[in-house]
Amino acid sequence: MHFTRREALALGLGGITAAALPLPALASKVDDAIAAFTGGATPAEGGVTLTAPEIAENGNTVPIAVDAPGAVAVAVFATGNPETGVVTFRFGPAAGSRMASTRVRLAKTQDVIAVAQMEDGSFARTSATVKVTIGGCGG
Amino acid sequence: MASNVKPRVKVPKSASAGEVVTIKTLISHPMESGQRKDSAGQPIPRQIINRFTCDFNGQNALDVTLEPAVSTNPYFEFDVRVDAAGEFHFTWYDDDGSIYEERKSITLA
Repeated sequence: MHFTRREALALGLGGITAAALPLPALASKVDDAIAAFTGGATPAEGGVTLTAPEIAENGNTVPIAVDAPGAVAVAVFATGNPETGVVTFRFGPAAGSRMASTRVRLAKTQDVIAVAQMEDGSFARTSATVKVTIGGCGG
Repeated sequence: MASNVKPRVKVPKSASAGEVVTIKTLISHPMESGQRKDSAGQPIPRQIINRFTCDFNGQNALDVTLEPAVSTNPYFEFDVRVDAAGEFHFTWYDDDGSIYEERKSITLA
C-alpha cells in the first residue's frame, strides 16, 4: 500500500478528530450537571477556591477543599468519573466560614470543577487539574 | 445497616463567645460506589452515606450531599461559629435508611 503525502496527512487529521470526539461528550455531561445545580445560569470564573493536589498518587482518596466567601452552597464535579457529581456542601446560619474539606475518589487524571452559589443568587466556578497515578472507583 | 459503622468527631471542649471553631468528622463506612464488580463479575450494589448534617443548638451549620465519588470512611472538616455553650448534633444518612448520630457539647471559656 502506498500513500501520497496528502493522503497521509488526511489520515492523520482523521485520527486526531476521532480521538478528540469522546471529550465533548464528557464535557456536556458535566455541563448538564452544572446547569442542574445553577438552574441554567452561567457561573462566572473566580470567587471560589478549590484546593486539590496537583498529583494524587492514590485516586481512592484525594483530599480536596473548597472556600467560597459569601457562598450558600458549593458543588464539586469530576469531569472524568463515571458519575460527574462528587459532593455538595450547603452552609447554614451556624456556619463559621464557607470552607469545607473532604476526600474524594477520582477515576483518572482529570479536571475537578467547583461551582459556588452566592448569597445574591449568582454563581462562581473554578477548576483544578489533578493527575491521578492509580485510579479510584474500582473497575 | 453496614457493619462496624462508627462515627468519630473532634470538637474543642470550650470556645470563647463568637469564636469560629474547626470541626473534623470521620465515619467508618465502606461507601460502596456501585461501580465495582465482585469476583464473579456481578456488580456490587451501591451503598453509601448520601447525606451528612451538622447542627449547633438546633441551627444548621453544614448540610452535605454525598455522591459515590466520596471516599471510603467519609471525612469532613469545616468551621462553626460558637455564640453560646451548647451541643453539636451530627447526623449521617445511609442509603439503606439507617441514621447514625453523634452529639458533642461545648462550653464557653
